[in-house]
Amino acid sequence: MRNEESRNIWRRIHLDLPLLSGLLALMLLGLIVIYSAGGQDIALIYRQVTRLGIGLVVMLFVAQIPPAFYQRWAVPLFLVGCGMLIAVLLYGHVGKGAQRWLDLGVTKFQPSEIMKLAVPIMIAWFISRKPIPATLTDTFIGLALVMIPTLLIAKQPDLGTSLLIAASGLFVLFLAGLSWRLIFAFILSMSAFMPVMWFFIMHNYQKQRVLTFLDPETDPLGTGYHIIQSQIAIGSGGKTGKGWLEGTQSQLEFLPERHTDFIFAVFSEEFGLFGILVLLAIYLYIVGRGMTIAIRAQDSFTKLLAGSITLTFFVYVFVNIGMVSGLLPVVGVPLPLVSYGGTSMVTLMAAFGVLMAISTHRRFLQQ
Amino acid sequence: MWIKRRIAIKDHAAEANLFARRAIIALILVVIMVGLLLSNLYNLQVNKYSDYQTRADGNRIKVQPVAPNRGLIFDTQGVLLAKNTPVHSLDIIAEDVKDIDALLVRIKTLIEVSADQEKSFRRALKQNRRRRFKPISLIDRLTDKQTAIIAVNQHLLDGVLIDARLKRDYPYADLLTHALGYVAKINPKDAARIEADGLDANYAATRDIGKLGLEKYYQNLLHGDIGYRKVEVNSRGRVLREMESQAPTPGNNLHLHLDIELQKVAQQQLLGNRGAVVVLNAVNNGILALYSNPSYDPNLFVHGISSKNYNALLASKDRPLINRSTQGQYPPASTIKPLIGLLGLEQGLITEKTKMWDPGYYQINDLEHKYRDWKKWGHGHVDIYKSLEESCDTFFYDLALRLGVDAISEKMVKFGFGEMTGVDIFEESSANMPSRAWKAGRFRQSWYAGDTVSIGIGQGYWTSTPLQIALATSVLANEGQFFEPKLLNAIESSTGKINSPAQDRPPIVLKHPNNWKIIKRAMRNTVEKPTGTAHKAFVDTTYQAAGKTGTGQVIAIAQDAEYDKDKIAERHRDNALFVGFAPFDNPKIVVAIVVENAGGGSSNAAPIARQIMDTYFAKHPLAADSLIPILSPLP
Repeated sequence: MRNEESRNIWRRIHLDLPLLSGLLALMLLGLIVIYSAGGQDIALIYRQVTRLGIGLVVMLFVAQIPPAFYQRWAVPLFLVGCGMLIAVLLYGHVGKGAQRWLDLGVTKFQPSEIMKLAVPIMIAWFISRKPIPATLTDTFIGLALVMIPTLLIAKQPDLGTSLLIAASGLFVLFLAGLSWRLIFAFILSMSAFMPVMWFFIMHNYQKQRVLTFLDPETDPLGTGYHIIQSQIAIGSGGKTGKGWLEGTQSQLEFLPERHTDFIFAVFSEEFGLFGILVLLAIYLYIVGRGMTIAIRAQDSFTKLLAGSITLTFFVYVFVNIGMVSGLLPVVGVPLPLVSYGGTSMVTLMAAFGVLMAISTHRRFLQQ
Repeated sequence: MWIKRRIAIKDHAAEANLFARRAIIALILVVIMVGLLLSNLYNLQVNKYSDYQTRADGNRIKVQPVAPNRGLIFDTQGVLLAKNTPVHSLDIIAEDVKDIDALLVRIKTLIEVSADQEKSFRRALKQNRRRRFKPISLIDRLTDKQTAIIAVNQHLLDGVLIDARLKRDYPYADLLTHALGYVAKINPKDAARIEADGLDANYAATRDIGKLGLEKYYQNLLHGDIGYRKVEVNSRGRVLREMESQAPTPGNNLHLHLDIELQKVAQQQLLGNRGAVVVLNAVNNGILALYSNPSYDPNLFVHGISSKNYNALLASKDRPLINRSTQGQYPPASTIKPLIGLLGLEQGLITEKTKMWDPGYYQINDLEHKYRDWKKWGHGHVDIYKSLEESCDTFFYDLALRLGVDAISEKMVKFGFGEMTGVDIFEESSANMPSRAWKAGRFRQSWYAGDTVSIGIGQGYWTSTPLQIALATSVLANEGQFFEPKLLNAIESSTGKINSPAQDRPPIVLKHPNNWKIIKRAMRNTVEKPTGTAHKAFVDTTYQAAGKTGTGQVIAIAQDAEYDKDKIAERHRDNALFVGFAPFDNPKIVVAIVVENAGGGSSNAAPIARQIMDTYFAKHPLAADSLIPILSPLP
């Protein structure tokens, strides 16, 4: 059958067409909003298209690698990543008040990006070595493995990324059948840990963000400005939005970081609640497709990895939209595939490459 | 143990099952969280929509006030006396400039920038840090050439802009200062008054306010109503476009009675002297000329006078800041003799026929003190006519004493002495019409007969402004009809021109109206009879004038001393005065002249009045029948 044949072509190049179409739809939407948010600067679009192209190539490349490869290289990858995080703390390049970059001479590089993939691969490998659900000991070892990179990144400081990396590891544990009793115990201990974080770990600017989140109007021109302007943008968009290129909050530059972290506010202002429904539907579709791939995956390692990647992707979406609309404190998390941005987008595409590999490399088992 | 572990190794189906359950739970959580996001977004975009819509508009829409154009001021023939001219200033928006120092250097290669200008610019720059995108002036007034140079080089000067705004301009400079006054920057005191009057909203965009003269008196009429423009701004306050606007309503134009040509003659005639000229339209007391010399250029104040210039004005011995026509307090001297005479006639103390002998001095009840006549050897037999024509003092010493100070004071107040005239500028003095009560209050002294003698010739405690003298003479010329003198003739707004009505006061009614005629005839004789003190100044006029000269003593002359102008310091010399009206039968104008320390009125003040009347009647020719080719019969 022709249909079967074309599906085979996609499978041969290891691409998952449903997932790919969801990603492309998001990218297109992103370009449309970036054009508006960036002051109709076509150069910005060229740069983003270039980046998306690179991302797609990376995804295509990663998709060719069989998942078993990651299984084998999980430990070295994790160790190298941790080593680089330590190197960043020791020799890293300081930008925007945080030490996140490692200067490799040719290019600057954020090792935390590697960890976004290395951590779930590592935990998925560790847990799937043995039958799941994992034993209590293994669970705690797994938790410890998550905490190491999380703390290293939090120390940079990059709270947003560290929390996302922690989440990617925790999702593996959850999907591997972490007992509910442990989950509740964990939630309780986390709430107990909060004051410790506040007084001993968090930097002043991070505390300020949290305070501002709790009541943005206390400092409308200072730290509360972002969130107030963002809510005004979203709220004034109404049901149908002000129209493309017509958002006053974004076009007149009241909204900060319009084409990066706060692009959702621009989108909401110009396309309204109906636009948001479409955007969220695409995200849900991608998440649904990712979970489908995970459920259909043939072994626990790939299931856990695919599930973690998918849920982490959703966390990005949730945290970004939550922060832009005032549900969550402001942390530097872009709206995946829509925000204008570099490294994190390429990492994300690599992660989708892994998903596609998991979806398409299943031949040998069937045979 | 070992075996058990091996057996427990993998149960793929169970693991897949467990995973699938957890995946579905995760998916459910995902949907719940999306629901959470959506409910929050729904709340923002639907429930609170109008709230945020308002705030978004509040962000981007700013209402800017637009100042109305100040009303113009015209003279009686429509000559523009006060106008608004665009002034170009060189402003810099600091936020648009990369390197201020480099920019200033570049500007300095094009046009001259003084050290003062640069200093005050830098000061303003520091103070203005908070209000971003606000233009800061480097040069307040660019010449046309400088404007052109900057305009041509605009492409090299990012952040530099030329701003045009209207500034008051007085094309006649010092000619009209004391009448028009001037506008200058609103100071904190003005601002407080504006606020107290509840006008602050209307003045939101106004920079200047009337500080003096008509500009101050009619500030509210001239100001107009504020307009606004609604503009869209970006987050940095830069104006992007105008959304809607309401044009301001310009202020009313003022049309004055003032005649610029008479004003010019007044200035020419007073050149080199301190003094004042007041010309009234005899019909309604509209002020045709109001000039005080020396004067000064009001344009200096419009652009902010330098302290050096201001101190020079303040320190000048000639006191140019004083409006002599309405604030100068001069003894009216003989110019009030006609009114004293009128009072004597009306009270029956003298008649048209009453004569007395003037030996050249007067003694009260044969006391030793001699009150001298200006004519040492006396005027001989004098009646009311001759005593006015020749300005005999003795006649009026006697008459005043018989009238008594209280009667004189009471009646002279009705002619406007010692009172505000009601002129439409604030710079006015009521001068002083003395009375017994006044002296008791002022000096705690009783009134002496000698005081009354001085009053009879307009000396002593009696002071008056040139405008008061003109006004009293106008009342006399009009036989009792009293209108307040006004500069303003008509108010012109967009809807049309409305005449400003003359303000009348209770007329003076005589028991014997013929007494007006007697006094007026005597004043005509003063001009027309060869022995009249004003005769020489008015030979060969085409109109029939009437008038009275005056010579005001500035210092007392000792009993037997003689006034010798060459021996007296210039500032102590006599003031020259003249007051007159014309034409005699049907008065059209009244002229009052005071020239400080110039000497006698007949030779130093009357000729000025002649020039003014000549100018007036050249412009307003009389009908043929009222011309006087030959002297009309004298009584």
